[in-house]
Amino acid sequence: MALETYLRNRLKKKDVLLMTHLVLGYPSLEDSFNIIEAMVEGGVDLMELQIPFTEPIADGPVIVRANQRALEGGATVGSCLHLAEHVVRTFDIPFLIMTYYNILFRYGVHDFASAMAERGLRGAIVPDLPPEEGKEYLEAMQKHDLAPILIFSPATSNDRMKYLDSFGKGFIYCVSRKGVTGADTNFSAELTSYLARCRSASRLPLAVGFGLKNKAHMEFLKGNADIAVIGSQIIRIMEQEGMAGIRNFIKRLR
Amino acid sequence: MNSRGYHGEFGGAFIPEILTATFDQLVDAFEKAKNDPCFWEEYVDVMSTYSCRPTPLTFAGNLTNHFKGARIYIKREDLNHTGAHKANNVMGQGLLVKRMGKHRVIAETGAGQHGVATATMAARFGFRCSIYMGEVDVDRQRPNVFWMERLGAEVIPVKEGTRILKDAINEAFRDWVTNMDDTHYVLGTACGPHPFPEIVSYFQSIIGKEARDQIMECEGKLPSRIYACVGGGSNALGIFSGFLDDGVELVGVEAGGEGVDTGRHASRLASNAGSVGVAQGYKSYFLQDRDGQMEETHSVAAGLDYVGVSPILASHRERGRIRFEAATDSEVLDALSLTIKKEGLIPALESAHAFAQAFKETPELSRDHIILINQSGRGDKDIFTIAEAFSDPGWQKFIRKKGNEYGT
Repeated sequence: MALETYLRNRLKKKDVLLMTHLVLGYPSLEDSFNIIEAMVEGGVDLMELQIPFTEPIADGPVIVRANQRALEGGATVGSCLHLAEHVVRTFDIPFLIMTYYNILFRYGVHDFASAMAERGLRGAIVPDLPPEEGKEYLEAMQKHDLAPILIFSPATSNDRMKYLDSFGKGFIYCVSRKGVTGADTNFSAELTSYLARCRSASRLPLAVGFGLKNKAHMEFLKGNADIAVIGSQIIRIMEQEGMAGIRNFIKRLR
Repeated sequence: MNSRGYHGEFGGAFIPEILTATFDQLVDAFEKAKNDPCFWEEYVDVMSTYSCRPTPLTFAGNLTNHFKGARIYIKREDLNHTGAHKANNVMGQGLLVKRMGKHRVIAETGAGQHGVATATMAARFGFRCSIYMGEVDVDRQRPNVFWMERLGAEVIPVKEGTRILKDAINEAFRDWVTNMDDTHYVLGTACGPHPFPEIVSYFQSIIGKEARDQIMECEGKLPSRIYACVGGGSNALGIFSGFLDDGVELVGVEAGGEGVDTGRHASRLASNAGSVGVAQGYKSYFLQDRDGQMEETHSVAAGLDYVGVSPILASHRERGRIRFEAATDSEVLDALSLTIKKEGLIPALESAHAFAQAFKETPELSRDHIILINQSGRGDKDIFTIAEAFSDPGWQKFIRKKGNEYGT
């Protein structure tokens, strides 16, 4: 089933879906598997698995540190893909890869897409790859029936949103504000009108990420967007409260 | 963005969506400035009244006699305000900031040179200023931190990653994606996403323009070879740009560190250790592992201790227009000592890489030949680093005494 169809079906039962994020290999590959299991059991609808990179330019301090620790702990692209394969076979929700372009570039863009498809991954989010630089990537994703997730930001003009949308599949990732991941977001009328702009530029489901932390934030998205993305907050809770904390946190969100 | 700034297969603008509009504005402001004949005049005027342009070309008679080879000339970028070619780029970008109507500047710095230059420009033009500097560099470059703070800049130590220059660049980008409406990022070298490599080499081209006129005036002919050190590549592109269309051999000298076979170096183009990748917003050669993770670099000269290199230089290497070599830390210290003793000139450790390579090659050329070395910066401001590199006992005694005076 196409990623978009899966999301549409889920949206018939829920007002807002939940996508969570984690950095593979942080604190270890084994822990990553357990975190994913806890989140799936808690009722997460889809998940982005970040392959760590030394220069995560779009991420804030929490995820930056997780990238660094994962690499120090010996995570490699190979071991992350291996874990991803295991996860996809074990759990019945869609998984996406999130990483920076150099990881794909060094692996070989077509080979990477093929590796994702072979492992049953559904798409990718590559925040430092605008479509102008991503011709080969977009072709490879199409060839392997994978969803390239395009990103909108509040600084994106209406025309450019339409341009970006023309390459998008699955859903659009709407960055809620300026800045990097993890900082606070102002859930305001301004955000509502930005999301309305996104909605009129794309017929794909809209995911909203950056600064989402709790149930109130998810409630805010009802009627304005389709998917809430929670990333840094998961890592914070894992660091402070461990696996049980994650399970409780996800349950409280649902 | 319409133009992506490719040089052969290198360059591009691998930027997060949130910055696209900011880069469009920068491309636009830069194009307009370049097409405005008054802009370059204004730039030259600022550089000749606030800095020391044109910088002289010095004939190094004693070094020439010492090596009994080509006649050696030295372009004196060390005589710029703040002591290095960094001032050229920074003052130029400052004029662009005024045109864009922004009021705050941020910059990364490694050794602190670019940070000090940016802080100077911000003080002069009345901009607020924040400088990102790796924690490791903050600890080893206190004099430059002192000056940046005196100049009114906020110095923010970067605690992420390897805590050096590349991490300071990442952190500056993170500030920029938050504050781009009123903030310009003054990138310090000819790297980063388009249009930074073009902007920085445009302002640095003033070095090559002057050097060409000066050598023609005093020798009536062009040099056979030109040597410049290569960190990010801005001083090299600056001087080389004046001679690209001539038959002059251009030599870029990278940091060989403890030797390119030891893994402790920053040689991306001269050694086989570099490979093509995409990081910090641009495609070029990087020192990275098989997965594409950036590796640690080493050089006695903090300004050359960087994992990537200008995409413009990468394309010149590919086309064979520029030859790249590496000089080791110890070769560099020898060249520095010799230059100090023979000419009374004190090159920065970075610049001394160009001297070291030139000294290896000059004996093979006859006296009919001219070689030109770009002294990109002066070394006396780096007294802490240079004294340490020479393990100077008198200096160590002095520091201990000073330490005791301040108490513990």
